[in-house]
Amino acid sequence: MENKMIYFDHAATTPVKPEVVEEMMPYYTNKFGNASSIYSIGRESKKAIEEARERVAKALGAMTREIFFTGSGSEADNWAIKGVAYSNKDRGNHIITTAIEHHAVLHTCQYLESDGFEVTYLPVDENGLVSVEQVRKAIKPNTILITIMFANNEIGTIQPIAEIGKIAKENNIYFHTDAVQAIGSIPVNVNELNVDLLSLSAHKFYGPKGVGALYIRKGVKITTFLHGGAQERGRRASTENVPGIVGLGKAIELATENLEQYNKKLIDLRDRTIEEITKKVPFIKLNGDRYKRLPGNVNFSFEFIEGESLLLMLDMKGIAASSGSACTSGSLDPSHVLLAIGLSHEIAHGSLRISFGDENTHEDVDYLMEVLPLIVERLREMSPLYEKVKRGN
Amino acid sequence: MYSEKVMDHFMNPRNVGEIENADAIGEVGNAKCGDIMKIYLKIENDVIIDAKFKTFGCGAAVATSSMATELVVGKTIEEALKITNKAVAEALDGLPPVKMHCSNLAEEAIKAAIEDYLVKTGRLEKNCDGEVCGRRCDDIHHHMDIED
Ligand SMILES: Cc1ncc(COP(=O)(O)O)c(C=O)c1O
Repeated sequence: MENKMIYFDHAATTPVKPEVVEEMMPYYTNKFGNASSIYSIGRESKKAIEEARERVAKALGAMTREIFFTGSGSEADNWAIKGVAYSNKDRGNHIITTAIEHHAVLHTCQYLESDGFEVTYLPVDENGLVSVEQVRKAIKPNTILITIMFANNEIGTIQPIAEIGKIAKENNIYFHTDAVQAIGSIPVNVNELNVDLLSLSAHKFYGPKGVGALYIRKGVKITTFLHGGAQERGRRASTENVPGIVGLGKAIELATENLEQYNKKLIDLRDRTIEEITKKVPFIKLNGDRYKRLPGNVNFSFEFIEGESLLLMLDMKGIAASSGSACTSGSLDPSHVLLAIGLSHEIAHGSLRISFGDENTHEDVDYLMEVLPLIVERLREMSPLYEKVKRGN
Repeated sequence: MYSEKVMDHFMNPRNVGEIENADAIGEVGNAKCGDIMKIYLKIENDVIIDAKFKTFGCGAAVATSSMATELVVGKTIEEALKITNKAVAEALDGLPPVKMHCSNLAEEAIKAAIEDYLVKTGRLEKNCDGEVCGRRCDDIHHHMDIED
C-alpha cells in the first residue's frame, strides 16, 4: 500500500486552510467570551462575528443585515424553505423545486408535502439542467417559493440561476438557491442573480464544518427557525459558534480573492481528466453537462462495474473519491441525481465522482490516470456483465 | 468498516474466473440491484472439486463470492447446500449489517448452481427458464432502514 493520500473529494468537504485556523484559534482560547456579554471579551466576540458577517456580505454583494449564520448548509436550506413556506401560507402553498436537489432540500420539501404543501419536482435533461421554460410553466397562482440549487454536488451541473431569478421576480415569488457547492467555486452575486435567499456552508470552501449562513434579502417574510435568545437579531437563537463564524468569514474572503486563479487551475485539471479518461477507458459515460459544470467536478459512469468496489480499490492506491452507487449510499437505489438524468440503475451503480481542490496537482492526475484504467479493467475482468459483452463482440 | 479478511478477499479474490465445461453454473442477482454473482462448479461423484466465480458488485459481494468458492470445494453437493449466508459472513469475520445481503447472494448462487447440476443430471425438473431463474432484487436484498 502506498503511503501518500491523494484527496479528490472536495465536493464532500475540504481541509481548513491554515490562515483560517489561525484566525479561529484565539476564539477557542483566550477570546472565548459569549457574544451576548457586555464585558470586553464578550464584545470582542460580537465584533468578530460582525466582521465575519461583513466579509460574507461583501462576497455575495449583499448587505450585512441580510446575512444570518447557521449551524450548517442543511440548516440554512431547512430554514429558507420551511421559513418561507410557513410565513407565506396565507398567500399560497405551492413550491417549485427540482428532482436533483441535495437531500437537505428534497427531504425538507417532502416534509412540507406531509404538512399540506404542494411541491412540483421539475425534471432535468440528460445533462442535469432544468429548463427555464419549465420553471415558468410550473408557476401557479398559489406558488410562493422556487428553490433550485446553484450547482449540483454530484454531477456539477450549474443551473441558469439568473434566468430563473428573473422569472421569480417577475412573478413576485421568492427564490431560494442552495449555493453550497457554488460558493468559493464560481462568482455569485445575489443582486445580479435576483436571488432572495441563498444557503452556503463553510466546510466546502476550506472553512470549518458545522457552520453555514443563509442570505435573506431584506423584506423577505420568513419565520424564525430556532426559538430562544436574541442572537442573529432574534431570527436564530443559540450562543454563536464564534470560532466557526470567524473561520467562515476568513474562508469566504480568501475564496473570493483567489476565485479567478482557483477556477482556472481546477478547470485545467478537470478538462484534462475528462479528456484522458474518455481516451483511455472504453464503455464510459460522462455525467453532467460538459461545460456548464463546476470547475472541479468530474463524474463518470463505468459500465459493468460497481462504484463501491472502484472506491475501495482506489483507496488501496491512496486515492480518495466518491460514488453514487447504492452500496455507498446505504440504500438499495443508486443516487437520485443519476437516475434523474436518465441513467439506468446498472450504469448509475458504476459512477465515480472526482472533485478537485486546492492541493491537487497535475502529478495527482498523472497518478490517477496510471491507476484508474487498470482498476477498471481488473474489476471488469471479474464482472459477469463484461464477460457477456466480450462474448458478444 | 470491513474486516481485514473481507478486504483481503476483496483485494486478492480467490478463484476468479470461469470453468470451461463446468458441471454446474449458478447466477443470481441482477444489475439493477447492483450485484450479480455467477459461480461455476466442477463436480465429480457429487463432490465439488473446483469452483470459480465472476461478480459484479460491491466489496462485500466480491469477498463473499471469493469465500463461498473456498467453502464449497471438497464438499459434497449435499454439504454445500447447507452452507448458509451466516456461515459465509462468519468465515469473513463478519460483515457490516448493511452488507449482510451480499452474503445471501453467495448462498443463493451456490444453491442455484447445485440446482443446475441436479437438473443437468436428471435428478430435478427444470422449474424455470433462463439463467437468473426468476430471482428478484428483494429475494437477495433484505430491506434496510437506513437514513442517509
Ligand atoms: C448542495 C449541497 N447542499 C447542502 C449540503 C449540506 O451542507 P452541510 O454539510 O453544511 O449541512 C451539501 C453538502 O453536503 C451540499 O453539497
